[in-house]
Amino acid sequence: MEKQQLNLHELLGAVHISADWVGLREVYEKVTPRMVRDGVPVANGIYSTHGIMVEVLSDGQFGYFGTSDLTPAGIALASEKAYQQAKLAAKYSLVQFTDEARPAFKGSYQSPFVKNGQSLSAGELNELLLKSNQALKVSDKIVSASSIIQVLETQFKFVSSNGSDITQDFLMIEADLSATAVDGANQQTRTFGGMRGNCKQIGMEYFDSVDLIAQATRIGEQAIELLDATDCPTGEMDVILAPDQMMLQIHESVGHALEVDRILGDERNYAGWSFVKLEDFGSLQYGSEHMNITFDPTVSNEFASYGFDDGGLKAEREYIIKDGKLLRGLGGMESQIRSGVDGVANFRASNWNRAPIDRMANLNLEPGNSTREEMIESVEKGVYMESNRSWSIDDYRNKFQFGCEYGKLIENGKLTKTVKNPNYRGISNPFWNSLKRVGNQDTFGIYGTPNCGKGEPNQVIRVGHASPLCLFENIQVFGGA
Amino acid sequence: MKNHFKNLSSTLFDSLNEGEVLSASFSGENSQFIRLNQAKVRQTGLVDDFDFGIKLIYDGRTTSGSLTLSGNMENDEIHAISLLATLRNDITQLPEDPYIVMPLGAPSSENMTIGNGLPFENATEAIIPSLGDTDFVGIWASGKIYRGNANSLGQFHWFETDNFALDYSLVTPENQMVKGTFAGKDWNQSTYEQNIQNSLKKLELMNRKPVKVKPGDYRTWFEPAAVSDFLGMFSWNGISEASLQQGSSSFGKMRHDGIQLSPHFSLREDFSSGMVPRFNGYGEVADESRTLINKGQLVQTLVSSRTAAEYGVESNQAESGEYLRAPSMRPGNLTQDKVVETIGDGLFLSNIHYLNWSDNPGGRVTGLTRYACFKVEKGEIVAPIETMRFDDTFYRYFGTELEAVGETTSVLPEVGSYGGRDIGGTICPGILVKSFSLTL
Repeated sequence: MEKQQLNLHELLGAVHISADWVGLREVYEKVTPRMVRDGVPVANGIYSTHGIMVEVLSDGQFGYFGTSDLTPAGIALASEKAYQQAKLAAKYSLVQFTDEARPAFKGSYQSPFVKNGQSLSAGELNELLLKSNQALKVSDKIVSASSIIQVLETQFKFVSSNGSDITQDFLMIEADLSATAVDGANQQTRTFGGMRGNCKQIGMEYFDSVDLIAQATRIGEQAIELLDATDCPTGEMDVILAPDQMMLQIHESVGHALEVDRILGDERNYAGWSFVKLEDFGSLQYGSEHMNITFDPTVSNEFASYGFDDGGLKAEREYIIKDGKLLRGLGGMESQIRSGVDGVANFRASNWNRAPIDRMANLNLEPGNSTREEMIESVEKGVYMESNRSWSIDDYRNKFQFGCEYGKLIENGKLTKTVKNPNYRGISNPFWNSLKRVGNQDTFGIYGTPNCGKGEPNQVIRVGHASPLCLFENIQVFGGA
Repeated sequence: MKNHFKNLSSTLFDSLNEGEVLSASFSGENSQFIRLNQAKVRQTGLVDDFDFGIKLIYDGRTTSGSLTLSGNMENDEIHAISLLATLRNDITQLPEDPYIVMPLGAPSSENMTIGNGLPFENATEAIIPSLGDTDFVGIWASGKIYRGNANSLGQFHWFETDNFALDYSLVTPENQMVKGTFAGKDWNQSTYEQNIQNSLKKLELMNRKPVKVKPGDYRTWFEPAAVSDFLGMFSWNGISEASLQQGSSSFGKMRHDGIQLSPHFSLREDFSSGMVPRFNGYGEVADESRTLINKGQLVQTLVSSRTAAEYGVESNQAESGEYLRAPSMRPGNLTQDKVVETIGDGLFLSNIHYLNWSDNPGGRVTGLTRYACFKVEKGEIVAPIETMRFDDTFYRYFGTELEAVGETTSVLPEVGSYGGRDIGGTICPGILVKSFSLTL
């Protein structure tokens, strides 16, 4: 199935309205999911979407029309309707913008890959899934096992009346393995990094670098191991979080809290507000001196790397938090204009049918200098936790509670027995100030999630998070019901 | 769009080779979205989006695909035929699927609701002036929504509705908030303005200084919006038969251990409101009403035909994801005017937020209080409370601790719009719980 080829410059030429600025953002995306559950194929498909977001600025107000009529006449009509929306709303605009909010950049981005998305056939992928699925079933107590591979191919083009001309192409892979073990009322599920955490910008060479069969065997065995494990203890103690849990910790208690459109109140009716205020940038001690957070769209293979955001702004690496101090917000050009706070190129939309808003992209915790062994040896009593399975945080991004799939007790500096149902809760700012040690590069893991929800109308977007192993002291820990 | 879908589907059905069976689906909308902050327009625009899906079955194998329709038949036919060719190439490489749900040739259905909402060009002038200088934040979404299903054996379903929803929050200068929704298919300006005035009255209660409550167990009243969120958790590793069979359901205690919920708790699926289509993705038509939990006893789970084939149980025409499509909880006898008095000392929670399973097999859910939540003492509302985290199991709040159920039900419309605008809603009353656990 071929993508319909479009000339955006010609389509822009078909727009005849007296707007102050016009932009066309074309998105084509093809998603190829393949899934085997319990030895049987349950999903094989090719799902595509293709459209153009026509955005118009008039009287200081942006208006948009997302359309799948990709003819010159269709784009011309869409621009007229977007223009009308902008005109009608301008009387009630929250902010009067100029085309400064859509800076003109030219360039391209190609995500890294060696083997293209068609280099493994449907049959070869299903065979790989069947084998990994078989490997998950290490015992009769595995009542359900799932193997999933999803290939995503996205093409993005953006042109505007003030000279933007951007092309970006992405090839991405999401992979997950899951085994659920049951013994009476005891149910335990183990996955490949939790919440589809294994997602990357990469080609089909991914399957040369990851031994899915070995991973499946480990996951199945750990699901069985959890059945016989004791419940995680309750009390205040140290926790060491693996990178596939740190991903979620960074996402919920740093990323969303620092989205400038949230701080400005746009999101109050949906996901909520933030405990961070505009005046906190440059002064708030967000975490301990070990905390260094970067917005980094340049990390090779990370899930949300890109060259430009959906407003056309060139994307660059920036420190958001340095030595624990809050420096910069996650705000694109519109938020930077509104707030006066330094931001980043993170004005992103989920697709052609949604307008961009402030999102995370790659938001990473930089490595420290502790080895894994040093971190464990430094803990007298604590729990090591891997792979998120439950997440909840309040509308100000303060009070969180997270649960993991797999835990190990740490007693007198040593990992001892496995524990099931490890959970912990805390409040974002004091929690990050309890960060005692950060692992070195050897403990660093790159993860991401395809499922970050935000915005009205709602949008789900891909983000990347990379982190080393981290030690937090004196945390509220508890087990199952 | 109905004819476009019908004609495009027919073209593909006519092109099938011997032994091939094809089903087609349609999901689309013509929508207006206006995002508001501080009673002003933050973002505004329109979206026309039409998604056409096909599912090919051949030689005991199946594969699916979809594409965005342009509305131009010639163009759409070219792309749909190309997609079908790609699926034909793939399908022979796939393993056999022993649990394929074969489409049916009948029955067919058509349900078209004509609304009298606001024309797109009138929306801002109708909505915004009434808001005055309030701190109002939210989303206006309106327009037509389409769903269709057809197959090469002759079945054809079409569902079309035209509605609007203004989902909003009002905020005090001290950042306390109340939640409101104004939704329907026929716009009435005075009813809308009354809805805003009612919310502003509620907001006055939020001007009292919020108090901190300590973690612990509280006698608690949940308004219908909060109950709706609790019921929503049943659609995620809960009432699905597949989840139960695969060891990922919170209903295991009811199925395997004989645990029952409270005799005050009854739940059914009820499609009689017409808010959602009765047909599912397989083209099957659900009963208009079906009891799921009766007086605390699990009567049936949601069973799709695929699950039925895989586990040897009977289908009840659930959607393939086995989620609640038209949940309706039976009311009780506690009248709204007696609620605060009956609480005595405890909490009145209007809304809850960000729910997740903290222990799925145990039915334990964590989340937070949000919006108009109050401390109640001696049968009177004292003050709003600061945000609190809860962590408790539905085997308590719909079970052992459920003391009373409200006499009146509310319709809580779905206002979500991931991918496209949601349809449907939950019908439920409020509940009074003897003990509910706050943790942080």
